Amino acid sequence: MKKSLALLMAMVMILSLALAGCAKSDADSVIKLGVIGPMTGDYSMYGTAVAEGAKLAAKEINAAGGVNGATIDIIAYDSKGDKTEAVNAYNRLRDQDGIKGLIGGTFSGETLAIKEIAVGDNMPVLTPTATHSDVTLNAPNVFRACYTDPYQGATAAKFATEQLGAKTAAVLYNIEDAYSDGLANAFNTKFAELGTITDFEGYTTKDADFKAVLTKIADKDPDVIFLPDYTAKVGVILSQIKELGIDVIAIGGDGWDGIEADYADVAEGHYFANHYAKTDSAQIVQDFIAAYEKEYGKTPSALAALGYDSTYIMAQAMEKAKSTEAQKVVDALAKTDGDYVTGHITFDANGDPVKSISIIQIVNGEHKLAAKVSGE
Amino acid sequence: MVLFLQQMINGLSVGSIYALIALGYTMVYGIIRLINFAHGEIMMVGAYIAFILAVNTSLPFILILLISMVLSAVIGVLVERVAYKPLRKAPRISVLITAIGVSFFLQNLALVIFKADPKIMPELIEKKPIAIGPLQVGTVTVTTLALSIVFMIALDLFVKRTKPGKAMRAVSEDKDAAVLMGIHVNKTISLTFAIGSALGALGGVLYGITYTQVFPTLGVLPGLKAFIAAVLGGIGLIPGAVLGGFVIGMIETITKAYLSSQWSDAIVFGLLIIVLIVKPTGILGKNEKEKV
Repeated sequence: MKKSLALLMAMVMILSLALAGCAKSDADSVIKLGVIGPMTGDYSMYGTAVAEGAKLAAKEINAAGGVNGATIDIIAYDSKGDKTEAVNAYNRLRDQDGIKGLIGGTFSGETLAIKEIAVGDNMPVLTPTATHSDVTLNAPNVFRACYTDPYQGATAAKFATEQLGAKTAAVLYNIEDAYSDGLANAFNTKFAELGTITDFEGYTTKDADFKAVLTKIADKDPDVIFLPDYTAKVGVILSQIKELGIDVIAIGGDGWDGIEADYADVAEGHYFANHYAKTDSAQIVQDFIAAYEKEYGKTPSALAALGYDSTYIMAQAMEKAKSTEAQKVVDALAKTDGDYVTGHITFDANGDPVKSISIIQIVNGEHKLAAKVSGE
Repeated sequence: MVLFLQQMINGLSVGSIYALIALGYTMVYGIIRLINFAHGEIMMVGAYIAFILAVNTSLPFILILLISMVLSAVIGVLVERVAYKPLRKAPRISVLITAIGVSFFLQNLALVIFKADPKIMPELIEKKPIAIGPLQVGTVTVTTLALSIVFMIALDLFVKRTKPGKAMRAVSEDKDAAVLMGIHVNKTISLTFAIGSALGALGGVLYGITYTQVFPTLGVLPGLKAFIAAVLGGIGLIPGAVLGGFVIGMIETITKAYLSSQWSDAIVFGLLIIVLIVKPTGILGKNEKEKV
């Protein structure tokens, strides 16, 4: 009995190896690119936005003749925002689908989990949206299209002093969130060089009442208040700023993207840093928005724009390399220099983008491009 | 000085919501010796009812508030009938565990129906600052304070002056003697749950409006703090719950204003430990307890 079971299992294994072999061989006229991100659950909007942006880019590239005579095929897998799932998805993309490059992961956590394996594989990786500074560290084959948290925080400080003429600023951030903490500290450091920080206050994720701390901040009458958190929390804070009648300009990071949907009236007149501005008149931006709206019937988020740009950057690198061989693609990626929806992009030695940041003001419930600031 | 007064008003507004929720805890404890852990969830249910009404109808604020309070009272009574009444003779720990079960049930039910993402509460009260002398007080703060005080006075009058109120006090003193006197104990317990739940819903709606969001775990933290408020003031005592609520609100605000906002929760919960060590019956608690 045991012997026959062992024989059966051996046969299954041989068969599966043979089948896996088949799957790999038919990929000559198709270049497969993987996308990993949360497609279901609480954060599904982030993963789907990246995948939609990437698929739109692939469609346009294929319509224009593809890359080196081959068409691009985007294969998107759900990570559920979980590190283990992301690693599984990556292994599947590499072994079963035979991808030539990865557009992902979407979150910093999952990208860090994939990173070590991808470095071992020398897989060309271009994450559209992972902002954590460690993502590209000591990984010559890993690049990113978005700017990092410290870069964003410092740029917001620069904008506040140079464009708004702010001399004093208060910072109110979420101590439990790495993103919020990273931005707050970068802003603090940069602003302290240029002006005075009146208050540097933290809160926890569960906090709902900010009246006490806002009253305390308002007493020192800062020119601006920096609120680096996501829409749901920022909306609550801005509502209370309005209710208390505090006269201060609020500045935020890309976590504010989409704030006009629920909090247009309390966010009116305030500023935030983002990857691109919907009202940017540049041709490439308007073409992208029109194409996205036609394809999906909704306005693209910043994540969709980054997914779109990343796919173009990867495809152009493969075209320049005239090959899909990993090392050649990585070398070509490093030499990226072009205009994209989210700005002009070149990569520094780490693989982080050197690009300008769009500062957006909410005016009449709409995004208005207030300035383009280059960091550092 | 102006800053201090401003912070006092902030504290009162937070405290009044805690006080409203604490009343529900203390009344139920007073009458059946149960810490009703599902009370925070009733508050959440009340906030969702108000949210649904506000989004789908154009009813005035006060009507939305009353409908939400009435429906929550019905749900509160239902919970008591289904989950607590069959366990009236069971050990107290069984009922306590059931209460925790009900709390999780309601939370997950809301999660399934409304999903986890916070819903935005429409602006039922127009948000703007009102200047009182040098102070800036928000319209929501004023409304919250006024409504809380009105309902607290109404509750006090009800318990002291009316027959059902008298029955409530009698049942909490001695259930068996109350039966002998011809008081319908089960009806009185239901009434207590109804009133407690309605006040919890009021707290929930005000919480939802003040903090602009409604979400399935909305009742957890304020519920916990209101529970502490009830214990701090002396659980089972109505004035104790009100006092405890305001004290917690003040401490929280003062910590945030003058120490650090990260520490406010730690200090509030630490306070509970100290009170339990020094005076286990709470600020107003006496040995011969005068209950609801």
